[in-house]
Amino acid sequence: MSWIEAIFATLASPLFYRLTILSALPLVFAAIGGVFSEKTGVTNIALEGIMKIGAFTSIVFAIKFDNPWLGLIMGMLAGVILAALHAYVSIEWSADQIVSATALILIAQGLVGFLMIPIFGHKGQTNLVAHKLPTVELPIIKDIPFIGAIFNDLSIFFYFAIIIIFASWYLIYKTPLGLRMRAVGENPKAADTLGVNVKKIRYFGVLMSGLLAGLGGVYIALGDIGQFIEDMPSGKGFIALAAMILGNWNPIGAMWASLLFGAAEAMNIQLQSMLTLPSEMKALLNLLPFVITIIIVGGFVGKTRAPAADGQPYEKE
Amino acid sequence: MAQKIKESKWMPILVPIVSVLVALLIASVIILIIGKNPLLAYLKLFEGAFVGRAAWADNITKMTSLLLTGLAVGFGFRAGVFNIGAEGQMAVGGMMAVMVGINMGNVSPVFAIPITIFAGMLGGAFWASIAGYLKAKTGAHEVITTIMLNWIAYHIGNYLVSGPLAVGQGVPKSPEIAKSAQLPPLMTIQASNVPSGILIAVVAAIVMYIILEKTTTGYEIKAVGYNAYSAEYGGISISKNIVLTMAISGALAGLAGAIEVMGVHHRIFGAFTSGRGFDGITIALIGQNNPIGIIFSSFLISSLRSGSNSMQLAGIPDDIVVIIQGVIIFFVAADRIVKTWITKASTKLAKEGEAK
Repeated sequence: MSWIEAIFATLASPLFYRLTILSALPLVFAAIGGVFSEKTGVTNIALEGIMKIGAFTSIVFAIKFDNPWLGLIMGMLAGVILAALHAYVSIEWSADQIVSATALILIAQGLVGFLMIPIFGHKGQTNLVAHKLPTVELPIIKDIPFIGAIFNDLSIFFYFAIIIIFASWYLIYKTPLGLRMRAVGENPKAADTLGVNVKKIRYFGVLMSGLLAGLGGVYIALGDIGQFIEDMPSGKGFIALAAMILGNWNPIGAMWASLLFGAAEAMNIQLQSMLTLPSEMKALLNLLPFVITIIIVGGFVGKTRAPAADGQPYEKE
Repeated sequence: MAQKIKESKWMPILVPIVSVLVALLIASVIILIIGKNPLLAYLKLFEGAFVGRAAWADNITKMTSLLLTGLAVGFGFRAGVFNIGAEGQMAVGGMMAVMVGINMGNVSPVFAIPITIFAGMLGGAFWASIAGYLKAKTGAHEVITTIMLNWIAYHIGNYLVSGPLAVGQGVPKSPEIAKSAQLPPLMTIQASNVPSGILIAVVAAIVMYIILEKTTTGYEIKAVGYNAYSAEYGGISISKNIVLTMAISGALAGLAGAIEVMGVHHRIFGAFTSGRGFDGITIALIGQNNPIGIIFSSFLISSLRSGSNSMQLAGIPDDIVVIIQGVIIFFVAADRIVKTWITKASTKLAKEGEAK
């Protein structure tokens, strides 16, 4: 099949759209997590590490207790704990947020690698869990051609994502808490003068980023293939950061950007299975999502704007 | 008194030392949790790094590339650029060195070695410049672009050794570079080669020290890093400096890749950098971005790395070293916590002294 044919065949197949959604899911969670943190003025480039801890913890608990729901909760909790370290040093001690987050990425990687042997007896990858989190069957929609093939039997995480996208948009733009978050991220001094507790709001933002990025990690391990592989999440945390920026620090924007990156990943998967290429050429197609990220971040970022106090420590005088 | 200690000139040295000690302490607790003996672990670590000639040879081999990636990251930091892409730049440097080095068959080493080194540096500089250019032109954050470039370099490397450059069976690998492009060992101790690359790396550290401390370019780079806006007000072009900084930083990482290829394996395997670009971040931070400090911190990390193998033989996963690195960076980021501890401790000591 030629390249052009393969691309058109991909675009015409419902599987492509389904894969786009599924590939976008972890990005949506982590990117919105990033939005929460950065809206309150704390950058959190540790999303990759948080996803890793979340993914690993969820599999540990899902296997040991044979309960995927416990895995889900513990995975998110692990994300919150890691984010709490970032929050503590960023908010209380004015630490360099980029450096602190880099440290957490290393700690997550080291901790997961370290625990693989005592917990699972070997490195590389864990066993498959016995029970994954459920998928959702849609009674009428499943019989509609094309649409049914896309949406029927999607992971329950798809519905989590829809709720989180709209709930966080509402929270950030329509509630007093959201107003405070934005005020703290734009001008902490002014917010402080008006009696907003800057520290508290920032803790909320960073801990939410841990919760959501942790959930993103849980999805890639427990929601998708049902096992943990050591090089997970293989750059998705950073692509989520790009999605957050491209989405202009807005949950709905982050959703669209995640879908775009999801489409790049789905295109990669589909082209690999359709094109008759030598295997080393197929491996080269793995570049696609990363190249697209660079082009987009490089080309569009001038049009977006970060919260003004993003990355700036705030100290009461 | 407390204020005096806080501003002491010893603080830049004390903070990393205390951070390292705290990291070792925390790692001990983690080792205890899995039911192993931390003292035994550290003893094995020490043996693996320092006992015997093979250990030293391995340690210095590792230190060579770590010193260079540390310099790469540290140089970026001085100019306010967070180059998280030393990993990819080192990989591209290695690939370039291989592609040029395999064609150096009939060239005298006097030319072949510098040409191959230069190819590696150019590769790293080019790779980093992409991120520098995007930051200067569109404001794209270098943390994101360099991470993406790392992944792209990783996939290109795997493609090269299983496609166009593939030789032999088994592990995907490139052909060996020509003999004339190989760096001769500094000395050979019982089949363990001490690579001469360490000399090049130390010279690079000294050159970087001179550039930063004694030249106008260095002054401009530091001025941009210290406060970009006032630097621009003072007539320094920020965008030119960002691209230049990234290029120099990338050239150092590319040099790490080239020297690794020319002095150690003489070829590349797929993803041959194995985290050394990221180790550069730890090294730069512990060395306080000072080239001379980085010589010492790269030795610290290379010792941890070469010791970790024998620790693993004693049943302690070598990932503990990564945790130690992470904790060190964490406390360097939160240096105020450490400064407060040091100040409190020294005030207490001073008071006890007065009481006597």
